[in-house]
Amino acid sequence: MEEIIFSGNIPAESITYFAIIIGAIFVNNVVLAQFLGICPFLGVSSKVETSMGMGAAVTFVMAIAAVVAWLIQTYVLVPLDIVYMQTIVFILVIAALVQMVEIILKKLSPSLYQALGIFLPLITTNCAVLGVAILMIQKEFDLLQSVTFSVATAVGFALALVLFAGIRERLDFEDVPRAFRGIPIALITAGILAMAFMGFSGLV
Amino acid sequence: MKSSLLNMTAVLFGITLVASAGVGAVNMITAEPIEQAKAADTENAVKAVLSGVDFDAIAPADTLMNKNNSTVVVYRAKKGDDVAAYAVKTPSLTKNGFNGKVTLMVGYLPDGVVNDIVVVEQNETPGLGTRMKDEGNSLYLSVRGKNTWEMRNSGALAVRQDGGEVDALTAATISSRAYVNAIEAADAAFRIASGQAGAQEPLAVSGATLTCDGRQPAQQSENGPEAQEGGKNE
Amino acid sequence: MNKLKIVLSGIVKNNPTFVLVLGMCPTLGTTTSAENGMGMGLATMAVLIMSNLVISLVKNIIPDKVRIPAFIVIIASFVTIIEMLMKAYVPALYASLGVFIPLIVVNCIILGRAEAFASKNNAFDSVLDGIGIGLGFTLSLTVIGSVREMLGNGSIFGWSFGISDYTPLIFVLAPGAFLVLGYLMVLFNKLAKR
Repeated sequence: MEEIIFSGNIPAESITYFAIIIGAIFVNNVVLAQFLGICPFLGVSSKVETSMGMGAAVTFVMAIAAVVAWLIQTYVLVPLDIVYMQTIVFILVIAALVQMVEIILKKLSPSLYQALGIFLPLITTNCAVLGVAILMIQKEFDLLQSVTFSVATAVGFALALVLFAGIRERLDFEDVPRAFRGIPIALITAGILAMAFMGFSGLV
Repeated sequence: MKSSLLNMTAVLFGITLVASAGVGAVNMITAEPIEQAKAADTENAVKAVLSGVDFDAIAPADTLMNKNNSTVVVYRAKKGDDVAAYAVKTPSLTKNGFNGKVTLMVGYLPDGVVNDIVVVEQNETPGLGTRMKDEGNSLYLSVRGKNTWEMRNSGALAVRQDGGEVDALTAATISSRAYVNAIEAADAAFRIASGQAGAQEPLAVSGATLTCDGRQPAQQSENGPEAQEGGKNE
Repeated sequence: MNKLKIVLSGIVKNNPTFVLVLGMCPTLGTTTSAENGMGMGLATMAVLIMSNLVISLVKNIIPDKVRIPAFIVIIASFVTIIEMLMKAYVPALYASLGVFIPLIVVNCIILGRAEAFASKNNAFDSVLDGIGIGLGFTLSLTVIGSVREMLGNGSIFGWSFGISDYTPLIFVLAPGAFLVLGYLMVLFNKLAKR
């Protein structure tokens, strides 16, 4: 059997930053299309103000988590051939980051810290944060693309959250049938919001 | 247990150690079944794109390119001493789909006509880009049964939005472009492997170049399925 | 506590999906078909049982302040193990469930039960709790998956009724997940009250 020798060159990635950003915020919105981050989405979105604070906190955690996760994957997990430790290592990094954010927030803005309450430590279990880290590795983004992707995803999360909170605040004044009150009507609203976002599909 | 610093660090360290050991052990145990599952998948894909071809065995594969995780593999289906068909497994080389590479297995008859195509791997948007693996989708129908080399030369091997004659999937242009890109790579690899390209002929694939540097007796190839009995398909 | 009651309460009274409203991400993301929903439920149940067991066994040697990180490491290890086993023995299901398999580690159900039950009860009861909640989760996911598959694809567990050209695709897409879950929740709560 013979072997055919080849050489050649393959130029770098051609997915544009524009496509990454628009894709992450609108077309593949992390909450409404990918179902990551639902727990805080349903839990925090009853007030617009808390939603914005939560969105900011999540953006911060996601961006830093993306950088750290990428560095660890590229310089530790792959060279040492222990990629299977990815889940464990990533979640520990995120847990540590969230602790850090808690401490910083307590010092910088105690009122926001109070308002977010239990939801701040729950960013650790926010599927969106771990999900973004895993996805960006899957998509084989380089470092700058990964950061763009995670910040854009966080913006998409915040956007969905704030939009949803706005609707829910108004729903509070409506006469919802008793069986639907609370989570069910929130879910149905989210479904309609998701339908609206589907309109972005052909964009990129 | 009290939460002294020593206790906390010791316990966390101990748990992490045990956890890593456990995970590492399972990793070793499952490594082989995972490889076998992947090899079985590849085998099935090769057989699928060679449907309708009369062959005896599948020769061990040639790996054509191994840069940036982009491996193009060519399988030869032999009947007796002649090659009855080729199957090329290739990722899209220069254009990613919405969520990473699109990897196709393309079956070629010796005259350069596409016999069949199977989507090996894609991570596209459900309902949109994922339709590339549905039966009779527009991308598939645009390429199957055609000679892709001729399509390339006449500029037809591109989506309609880019001036070609391939019907892209509705609302999934990026996914469609990646699919076409993979077809281009398959076409180039097929021509090189089947000897239809010159020895030093560079075959550009949308910005990538594949150059055949020559042929050599091979070392043992560890990739691809073992040579085996293929079925006589109708 | 009556042992059977522990298991049963996980299915109805404390149903993680419809009553506790936990683990929403995989509930919405993996129920595109009955088979995917069931597969996800079983994988989660496996992790839940194992993590409940181990946590209830080591609960006395873990200092209180590092409780959560310790639980997370234990849960993450079992998730990784399940992931590898699935990749080896059910690769098609592994590919369908995708990123949601590693995300089992942040499924609030598992950490929640570790906190609420396994860290306060003995090993046997904790395993029973894992089985009960796990069964409740699997049943919910299978039901949701079946509804979505029936309405959106005209099939169930892959057996097609041949009407897929006429079914509204929306039910297997994102919005359908929210809608089906919302309505099923209302139905469940009405039935459970009786």
